[in-house]
Amino acid sequence: MTDVQVPLTSRKDWQSDQEVRWCPGCGDYSILTAVQLLMPELGVNRENTVFVSGIGCAARFPYYMNTYGMHSIHGRAPAIATGLAVARPDLDVWVVGGDGDLLSIGGNHLIHALRRNVNLTILMFNNQIYGLTKGQFSPTSALGKVTKSSPMGSLDAPFNPLAVALGAGATFVARTHDMDRPHMQEMMRRAHDHKGAAFVEIFQNCNVFNDGQFETLTTRANRDDMLIPLENGKPVRFGKEKEKGVIISSDGAAHIVNVADVGEDAILIHDEARPEPGLAFMLAHLASSVNEPTPVGVFRAVQTIEYADANAKQLAAAQERSGAGDLSALLHSLPTWEV
Amino acid sequence: MTDVQARPGTSGNAEQVDHVVIRFAGDSGDGMQLTGERFTTASAVFGNDLATLPDFPAEIRAPTGTIFGVSAFQVQIADHDITNPGDAPSVLVCMNPAALASELDRLEPGGTIIVNSDEFDERNLTKAGYTENPLENDSLAGYKVILVAMTSLTKEAVKESGVKSRDAERSKNLFALGLVSWMYTRPLDTTLTWIKEKFGKNEMVMNANIMAFKAGHAYGETAELAGNRYSIKPAPQKPGVYTSINGNTALAWGLVAAGQLAKLPVFLGSYPITPASDILHELAKHKSFGIRTLQAEDEIAGIGAALGAAFGGHLAVTATSGPGVALKSETMSLAISLELPMVIVDIQRGGPSTGLPTKTEAADLMMAMYGRHGEAPLPIVASYSPSQCFDAAIEACRIALKYRTPVILLSDGYLANGSEPWLIPDPSTLPDISTTFATEPNHVNETTGEPEHWPYVRDPETLARSWALPGTPGLMHRIGGIEKEDGSGNISYTPENHSHMVDTRAAKVAGIAKDIPEVAVTGDVADADLLVLGWGSTWGAIVTAVDRRRAKGRKVAQAHLTHLNPFPANLGEVLKRYPKVLVPEMNTGHLAKLVRAEFLVDARTVSKVRGVPFTAAEIEVAIEAELERKL
Ligand code: SF4
Repeated sequence: MTDVQVPLTSRKDWQSDQEVRWCPGCGDYSILTAVQLLMPELGVNRENTVFVSGIGCAARFPYYMNTYGMHSIHGRAPAIATGLAVARPDLDVWVVGGDGDLLSIGGNHLIHALRRNVNLTILMFNNQIYGLTKGQFSPTSALGKVTKSSPMGSLDAPFNPLAVALGAGATFVARTHDMDRPHMQEMMRRAHDHKGAAFVEIFQNCNVFNDGQFETLTTRANRDDMLIPLENGKPVRFGKEKEKGVIISSDGAAHIVNVADVGEDAILIHDEARPEPGLAFMLAHLASSVNEPTPVGVFRAVQTIEYADANAKQLAAAQERSGAGDLSALLHSLPTWEV
Repeated sequence: MTDVQARPGTSGNAEQVDHVVIRFAGDSGDGMQLTGERFTTASAVFGNDLATLPDFPAEIRAPTGTIFGVSAFQVQIADHDITNPGDAPSVLVCMNPAALASELDRLEPGGTIIVNSDEFDERNLTKAGYTENPLENDSLAGYKVILVAMTSLTKEAVKESGVKSRDAERSKNLFALGLVSWMYTRPLDTTLTWIKEKFGKNEMVMNANIMAFKAGHAYGETAELAGNRYSIKPAPQKPGVYTSINGNTALAWGLVAAGQLAKLPVFLGSYPITPASDILHELAKHKSFGIRTLQAEDEIAGIGAALGAAFGGHLAVTATSGPGVALKSETMSLAISLELPMVIVDIQRGGPSTGLPTKTEAADLMMAMYGRHGEAPLPIVASYSPSQCFDAAIEACRIALKYRTPVILLSDGYLANGSEPWLIPDPSTLPDISTTFATEPNHVNETTGEPEHWPYVRDPETLARSWALPGTPGLMHRIGGIEKEDGSGNISYTPENHSHMVDTRAAKVAGIAKDIPEVAVTGDVADADLLVLGWGSTWGAIVTAVDRRRAKGRKVAQAHLTHLNPFPANLGEVLKRYPKVLVPEMNTGHLAKLVRAEFLVDARTVSKVRGVPFTAAEIEVAIEAELERKL
């Protein structure tokens, strides 16, 4: 809902009085700062904003926002937020969770929230580890990852979060990382403005249990060569001189090439609004580990029917057809007789 | 066509009886539930008191002709007030050999069997496990057997309608309905009107059904069935407008009413499960009341979505059966911790695990009481008859809203599908259950000096916490499942605070005892030798059993609980008043254990876990045995 009356706020207005309790140096701090600095720019009221989370380090997030919030139970935030967003389409509902919360115990709720296209902004902090339970492998940890619960290496093939979201029919899918505030904010802004379920994966450093997991990608020195920025309508290129790019070869797969070898015209032009998710899916699979160049940005953004909206329309249509509910008429709607 | 209907109750050749118990039985595909329901409705509209017991298999379409594919519907109709579908049927309608094989031992000695003789061919007999045709030997000698070639008579009767042979055959349940309607002098117009409404869109099928129904009726008139005709006068009833209603519909309507009475939109988050799905179906129809139904991806999401809606200020409900309650328990604990109102409807069925999905049981009481982690008390309301599910739903919502707590509402498969006449209440007589939301800050921040909202500031009377809805300016706050400080709601792990919060949540639920009616005792209140204490759907059978024993001179009192947590304030005193306490339960003794633990009384259990309700006779036997037991 657009509200012309939204008063000007600053970061301070969006900070709660609660002491932040993440480990010093945790990537969660920079995400929190990004959100708190972004909120005043979104044109929304604090009282109409709700953060819902599950359990995990990331899930402490709502306590730190001066909005309405619920810190719920492990994995269930998407389901709870779905109920809230359907009941109250006037609210701005955000879901915050980690990779364990949203892809392991809550995987089912996440995919169903995405396919229903409920108006939720879902931020998934992916640190590829269980932090709050002190360091077990997570559903996004790499195969062979040695942790307390996998001393000889994890046997679990990891989820590719974006591919999961795209497979579930998500209408908005993006990726960013905790070392680049402007990019994070841009992804969050786009996700917030999207009408429907928006999924943002944020690479997040857990400096206690998985320190430096994304360093190959996110340090200033590595970014140019290892992060592939996706910009709508533009060729998918990266490298210090934009000398590398992505093409779709005749075998139907995406490949990284030197632009000089194939010519500029051969480079894939990114189109986030393509109705079919195939291209986004291919880009989501371009990197199979943090050691390969990895796309960031908006993979997919398509507009389609939003669930709460469709639900409200059914309610309005029913009232139009038969008037506002009449209890007495309902109680007499089966065959009756008089004594 | 000539109207063959004799005026009910005035038929010269009909013998007047005060009640009858009829059981319709056939293959799942034979339409026995529908036949029973139509007979019930016609009897209800005629003015009899009645109670029904649908009894169908879990399989949607079990292989035709098999014993496990038998679907039955029992109804008792009477010219006086009755509370249960009767013990042994006196009339058994059998559409095929499997129905006879599976249902015969329920029939009372000397009872009447109406048999569709067409279906007793070798193939069907073999499927039912018969090596000999029971219609041709003397195995049915103790009964009055009426053989009717229903299939062929129906096909013949509907010929003119032009329907295909398969459809013609499908009308045979209406032939059976016509015949039984003749035998019990039921007025025809209720059923005819229904056929016209139901099949009006397909004239051919409508005509076939009318023809089959009338042919069944005419068959009674013209065949040598004189001496087999009975009339049952209308029961004296309080004046008013009645409808025939089953428990799930009454419960769903109770939720609709609760939304109106609370002036809040109703939100149902649910996952389909037998025997609760009809609540989802019914509420999904009533969008004009602003009711939102969300068919969730699983039971956990069903209650999760409901909890989210509760946070947003909706009257939140989730409806399920035992397996679903098990899955929802973690979210119930969260709701207890968040102190948000919500109703969890449990339509109990036989367990454990998948158990008996379509059969009734009441073995979830202990789960409702204790089936959560941590100290997690919540109020429990139980309905005791199909129509009373309406009031029970409103009461559960009232408690939830007033005390900001999840409430479990227990019903069961028998109440869910069983129906009875219901004097439709005037909505203006229903209670106001509206609640209030916080609109102003209730605290000043010590450091900033700014006004703010503390979510756990309590009403000293009810201990209910202050409830501020998202969207209310200035009252932003966070709540969560982590232990929080009373008042501020901030995370707190201190020993004193946790102990205080455990005590406070318990005291809040216990305090509801002041706000619910005392349990009423009926029967030989002053001098009974035995108190029969019940809860839930056993009520109908208990009432009948106690009446019958008292008529035989026994001194028996009766009390029935609609609130199981907290118990009514006078329950301990009532239990201690009588030398013996007997508790009939469709479990192995849950309530008996609870009252023993709570009140140190030697309550004795009479248990039935056979997937079917108690008969009054079974409770009578238990009453006699308990009265005779030496103290
Ligand atoms: S354990 Fe890791 S993710 Fe959790 S707060 Fe500490 S650094 Fe952050």
